[in-house]
Amino acid sequence: MRNTLIVLCIMVFQSVFYSQECNNILIGEVIDFHNKKPLADAIIQIKSNDKSFYSDNLGKFTITNLCNGTIELEVYHPDCSTRFITIDIKGNTYKKITLEHHLEELEEVKVTGSILDKTNSAQETVLKSEELESYSSSTLGDALKQINGVSSLNTGSNIVKPIIQGLGGSRILILNNGVRMQDMEWGDEHAPNIDINATNQARVVKGAAALQYGGDAIGGIILLEQNKIPKKDSIYGKTILNGVSNGRGGSISSELTKTYKNGYYIKGQASYKKLGDVETPNYILSNTGVSQYGASLDLGKLTFEKGWSAYYSYFNTTIGILKSSHIGNVDDLITAINSSEPRIANSFTYTISNPRQKVRHHLGKLKYHRRFEGLGKLNVQYDLQQNQRYEYDTRVGKDEGKASLDLKLTTQTLSVDFKLDANESKKYLFGLLGRYQENFANPDTGVRRLIPDYDKFDFGIFATTEYKFLDNGTIDAGIRYDFSKIDAQKYYKKSRWEERNYSTDFSGIIIEDFPTQLLANPIFKYHNFSGTVGFQYYFKNENQFRFNYALSQRIPNPSELFSDGLHHSAARIELGDLRIKSETSHRFSSSINKKNDKWGYEFLPFINFISGYILLEPTGVELSIRGAFPVSEYRQTDARLIGLDASLYSIWTTNLRTDHKFSIVKGKDVKNNIPLINIPPVRLQNGITFSKKEWLNLNIELQSEYVFRQNEYPDNIYVYSPQQKQEVELDINTPPNSYQLLKLDSEIKLPLKNKNTLTVGLGISNLLNTTYRDYLNRLRLFSDDLGRNLTIRLKLNY
Amino acid sequence: MKTIKLNSTIMNIKKISTLALIGLFFIACSNDDDKPDLLNEEEVITTMTVTLTPASGGDAIILESRDIDGPNGPKEPVRTVSGNLQANTSYNGSIVLLNETESPAEDITEEVAEKDKEHQFFFSSEGSIGTTTYADEDGDGNPVGLKFTVATTDAGEGKLGITLRHEPKKPNNGTLEDAGGSTDIAQTFDITIE
Repeated sequence: MRNTLIVLCIMVFQSVFYSQECNNILIGEVIDFHNKKPLADAIIQIKSNDKSFYSDNLGKFTITNLCNGTIELEVYHPDCSTRFITIDIKGNTYKKITLEHHLEELEEVKVTGSILDKTNSAQETVLKSEELESYSSSTLGDALKQINGVSSLNTGSNIVKPIIQGLGGSRILILNNGVRMQDMEWGDEHAPNIDINATNQARVVKGAAALQYGGDAIGGIILLEQNKIPKKDSIYGKTILNGVSNGRGGSISSELTKTYKNGYYIKGQASYKKLGDVETPNYILSNTGVSQYGASLDLGKLTFEKGWSAYYSYFNTTIGILKSSHIGNVDDLITAINSSEPRIANSFTYTISNPRQKVRHHLGKLKYHRRFEGLGKLNVQYDLQQNQRYEYDTRVGKDEGKASLDLKLTTQTLSVDFKLDANESKKYLFGLLGRYQENFANPDTGVRRLIPDYDKFDFGIFATTEYKFLDNGTIDAGIRYDFSKIDAQKYYKKSRWEERNYSTDFSGIIIEDFPTQLLANPIFKYHNFSGTVGFQYYFKNENQFRFNYALSQRIPNPSELFSDGLHHSAARIELGDLRIKSETSHRFSSSINKKNDKWGYEFLPFINFISGYILLEPTGVELSIRGAFPVSEYRQTDARLIGLDASLYSIWTTNLRTDHKFSIVKGKDVKNNIPLINIPPVRLQNGITFSKKEWLNLNIELQSEYVFRQNEYPDNIYVYSPQQKQEVELDINTPPNSYQLLKLDSEIKLPLKNKNTLTVGLGISNLLNTTYRDYLNRLRLFSDDLGRNLTIRLKLNY
Repeated sequence: MKTIKLNSTIMNIKKISTLALIGLFFIACSNDDDKPDLLNEEEVITTMTVTLTPASGGDAIILESRDIDGPNGPKEPVRTVSGNLQANTSYNGSIVLLNETESPAEDITEEVAEKDKEHQFFFSSEGSIGTTTYADEDGDGNPVGLKFTVATTDAGEGKLGITLRHEPKKPNNGTLEDAGGSTDIAQTFDITIE
């Protein structure tokens, strides 16, 4: 009432001074975008003359004595984001103004520490950009290992595949800027084709709890995200320069963003990395260099109500494979395992010769979003990816420069989702997805195709919901259905067709019969269901409890179905099986944690029952005129994984902090009562950090990593050695001994002119130059792991 | 006003989705009927025949290794020895290589002989098989091994190992380690010497 009086007074007062043409009235109504409730006490300011008005209890305000034309208003409310709007005044005008109180969802830069979870009840951890930056010259897989429960399957030091709680490869989805990576994740020596410098934030969701991204994340999901774009006129960027001693190289990465108040933005990024042969404490690992570059461009217009963006990234990497790991036959393998040093140790070089792999990845994305008042948000996304992979072996003669494997995988996806979030306590998300994928195996290699040509179609539909049933408790649930169809055309050697016993089960799929080969057309269809249910509860004493159950199903990947032949870079014959069906996982997990400024802990137990678990393990040798080759076959069984990731931190003084992490996972083939292969050993990490703001933001961290010996592993196999003319034990599964590594990381921040800062960092990994081998490095059979590595890091923010 | 705006947005979305879907189908259909090319591995060696003729004349003994599905197939190579060797005898050896995945069989021996600088056989002997000697050489005067001699010692059991390396280091010290290159053949024959 008082406001109305004031408004009336102003009207009377002002009308005296203003001429007749400018006597229009604007009646405005400020309401909440979602629930349409009026917002009282919003401040409405006219930009041209800085006059302010307030909304009343009904959200209404009145501005009088306006001329015809346009006026610009700034509307501010303490619980909401400020809005600038332009209004056409044409006579007396009415305008409804909506404000957004979901501050967390605004595309605005967040204060550090306020990163929100993507899931309600899953085990989830985020690596922020500073944590990723210290791995700028390394790989994504190395960076992710900072997260408790994440390890990696390596082929040397440059091919690093993440493993989450014992599961990796196709059981982990990687979403690069909202696009599910389709980069032949099926091979053990196929690392994610991602430039760590092109991402600002990495989030790991353990298990398949985030159904909107896929129902087949039996191991987990890695979400690589960009920093939020601020809606203001600004230009900023950073350049990171790394010098690396082990490998005698380095990397450079630069990023520049230009933003505008009206929501437009453009962001460009590029990086280059070059390393030569890396070294163990005792010898050089010949042909282990890497040469990599990448670039990305992101542009668009994002406002709260609607927006679009276009993103493109390119990644190109050439990675040398340890020369000594290229073995001719099983006798070479036996010799290599029994000798303590690699067969070939040449002098240091930057040159990457064969065997090597060269991969290119293009990724393009178009995205559109729109909000509907009182309803929710619609997202539409189209993405296109192309992954081109070459693997080169030591070939001779006219094939010398030719790749032995040449695969091109092209994937297109169209997805639509709608989020109903008008109601604070009940949120729903619905989505649809269609995907088409085509694999082309180039026959010009002259080598039989390890993976055949195929077309794959996917269709997915899901719905998830979150219901806040108490002030401090939220339930979530989700359901998803996925249809997939694989249509392949594959040549089989007749002898292989017989050996696999396909003639009885699959005689109908033969479409052409050649003298020594058969052309088969396997078509497989899969109907997979996934679901999740969980809850989250906050206790009064800062403790938080989460529980989640996830059902997920994964279709077999092309490698598991079709692999057939000598995989040269893996020095083994790999055999898939057309009979392999989908995997089904039931995973129960919980999370108990507490965080405050004195101490905190996190306790994440889980159990994962997987029926139809697909694994690749050595089974024997195949004899040929060229000698005997080790054979690895895919088989399907029932598995159980149990584990615990526990961590604790303690802040002793303002300068001193300690961190402790422990993770264990046990994997068992319950059908045959034997341990699963390649399960990460128990790991214990302890760190102490000293930091002092007054000393140029000095930060020194010393970390100890103790990796226990894996005592649970499948038995070694016995193979016939043509050289020794007898069955011998192939010591291929025995894990190496436990080891402990120390790591030091330190940095200072130097303020420069114009608010720019220069961060200088020094990192030393394997500080004591310890000789060790890691169970999950496939090259452990041939050589030790890396020795001391010194990294100098310069980062300029501008 | 609102509804019109909403409608036009939905229209836009529909348009974009339709275009994208058409794009998907267009690409999806374009390659459907293409059959992948049949790939016959080049220069596959399936069969090695070693003829050992007594230097002083007499019936030849044939050693054969046949791997009819090639080095990449599951079938094991079958080795046959046509008879026993005589004790304390010198034999002239000659090797013939075939690719029997093709019909008629392709003679790979010619290929090796033509590119003799890029090939070398390596012999190993055990038991009653004595020393082996190269009986041919390439243009640079280095041994090849398509022709060789082997001498037997006293009666008993013996082994003759034959390895063919493509692009070995030449000259080399006679060991496989030093020679390097890639292995095209690695076969060992069990032979009785009487």
